[in-house]
Amino acid sequence: MIKFNKYRSSKSLPPVSTASLPDIVFILLFFFMTVTVMKNQNLLVENTLPTATETEKLDKKDRVIEIYVGKPTSEAKTNLGDEPRIQMDNKFITVDEVGDYALQALSSMPQHLRSVATVSIKADVGVKMGIIEDLKSQLRMVNLLKINYTTYEGAVTDNL
Amino acid sequence: MKNHRLPQEVNAGSMADIAFLLLIFFLVTTSIENDAGINRSMPPDITDNTVDIKERNLFEISINDVDLIMAEDDIIKPTNLREKIIAFIDNGGMSIENEGYCTYCKGNRLANSSENPDKAIISIKTQRNSSYPVYVSVQNEVIGAYNFLRNRESLRLFNTTYETIYSDYYNDEISEDQKKILKERLEIIRALYPQKILEPETVNN
Repeated sequence: MIKFNKYRSSKSLPPVSTASLPDIVFILLFFFMTVTVMKNQNLLVENTLPTATETEKLDKKDRVIEIYVGKPTSEAKTNLGDEPRIQMDNKFITVDEVGDYALQALSSMPQHLRSVATVSIKADVGVKMGIIEDLKSQLRMVNLLKINYTTYEGAVTDNL
Repeated sequence: MKNHRLPQEVNAGSMADIAFLLLIFFLVTTSIENDAGINRSMPPDITDNTVDIKERNLFEISINDVDLIMAEDDIIKPTNLREKIIAFIDNGGMSIENEGYCTYCKGNRLANSSENPDKAIISIKTQRNSSYPVYVSVQNEVIGAYNFLRNRESLRLFNTTYETIYSDYYNDEISEDQKKILKERLEIIRALYPQKILEPETVNN
């Protein structure tokens, strides 16, 4: 009879080779490098977006002005309370300042993109329409008329 | 004397640690962004020109403080909203001898609903305490209704959906000549079903 594994059977198992571990980690690294983008803002407000089905992609980042609306997150809550706030440019601003900040963002864009600038309203699900309407009238005053209600993909019944 | 020592191999054991550090750095500083949403354009901030709209051409949607949706004088479920809007826009109620008769409409041609898609106007009214997700849902249903009708006409005329034409038009790999054709097609379909959505200012009572 042939004896298999003459040496191994008696001894303990050889250690698992970790030579491919760096490769696996590099694959993960490249995956994250390609699918993610750098954060340009630190979220100061809660931001769970509503869902919608008829969405259009906002893939050209250079012409988008972002406005976040939502309740302050837990760290800021102690000072600011529960009311929804507007965040632009990494800080809280009041509704009256929205126009100024939007124009400032617009002026930092290249000339040829200014006419196609879109304002992306990223509002939390807990926000009421009052603040959104105020925001919209401010944007209308500075003639920024293209807006995008940024949402997640999903059935609208999830909103109700 | 012969040197028997081979050049020493570089220890690659720490490679994994370095890669992990990089990975964690990217996990922390980046985020997966969702960049989709409902595009809308607002009217300019001029309020001095008024147009008379016939009542039959106006489809009023109101959202109240407790997020009930009212359309056509009745509280309706959000799930029924889209078909109601489609029925309204596609009604084509103008009589056949009239100039504005809608030849491509497939609606019921009711006398109390819109005359033709060009005249049909959707109005979305909200109150300050209405919640934003409900508003987004209503916007979504309105856009969905228009997309449904535009897709239908696009399939009839050009054998592709409106969404395909639209996404091809914004695709950078498409040649300029083709884009011209696509743009014409988009304009034809948009002229058949122009989006007319009105958002009156919130009135506090």
